[in-house]
Amino acid sequence: MIIRFFHQMGSPRYFYKVAGKLIPWFMTGFLITLVWGLYNGLFIAPPDYQQGESYRIMYIHVPAAWMSMFIYVVMAVSGLISLVWRIKMTEIIVISSATVGASFTFLALATGSLWGKPMWGTWWVWDARLTSELLLLFLYLGIIALHSAIEDKRVAARAVSILALVGVVNIPIIHYSVEWWNTLHQPASITKFDKPSMDMSMLIPLLTMAISFKLYYGAVVLMRARAEIIERERNSRWVQEMVEEEAK
Amino acid sequence: MSEFFAMGGYAVYVWPSFLLALIVLVANVVAPMRQRRRVLTDIARKHRRARKQQR
Repeated sequence: MIIRFFHQMGSPRYFYKVAGKLIPWFMTGFLITLVWGLYNGLFIAPPDYQQGESYRIMYIHVPAAWMSMFIYVVMAVSGLISLVWRIKMTEIIVISSATVGASFTFLALATGSLWGKPMWGTWWVWDARLTSELLLLFLYLGIIALHSAIEDKRVAARAVSILALVGVVNIPIIHYSVEWWNTLHQPASITKFDKPSMDMSMLIPLLTMAISFKLYYGAVVLMRARAEIIERERNSRWVQEMVEEEAK
Repeated sequence: MSEFFAMGGYAVYVWPSFLLALIVLVANVVAPMRQRRRVLTDIARKHRRARKQQR
């Protein structure tokens, strides 16, 4: 049954239908966690003993930075699947993720800058973490540009998948940059193996925001994918029939 | 309340961060909605034209 499900999800028509049903759930989950996370992060969590109120930028900055890497990994994995099995739907996931991924990368960089100015005394330094994250933004922009430069969508998808796969080496570099090099950027506060060096009252809203952004990505990537599907399948029977239905 | 908005003197850094987040989150929802609408109206227009030619 599971195999049948994946097989069906590979069909654009079926994906379009299922995605349409999933989007409202993702959106609702996103909005609930967003309101809860923001309320607890901005009103309930105490100020930081060193950084005062400025640390609240973290509730945007850290989840956005996590998303920038998470989305890239999703793209690279979908890219690999597209290259090996030539599945239309994973090709669409790759390109549908690019814009939202670039947006989160930009957000991480911009909020980092806004946080860096009061804490480090500078908007920008060329340290390893910041530079590798900037490189990630260029990778996303490169993928978007490459995709729009190639007319044939299937060929474009293949080119973009290769670029996404090659660029994935940057992800461990971003992740470990704060350990490998002596950076101005602080090392991770939350790791899988250690107890987080953060109080629960700050940690819970942060993790809630991270979940919130993940749900948001889920909703947005499905919306994008749906738009891409009808654009590609515009001459197919089911899209034509759907337009006819709506016209009535 | 005004104390809350002052963010301990860091308001000029904190609020633009949240505002940017808001803009990014809204834009990424609006863009695919508009893209889908555009494609659908485009297909519908071609349909109408094709039907007119048939008559």
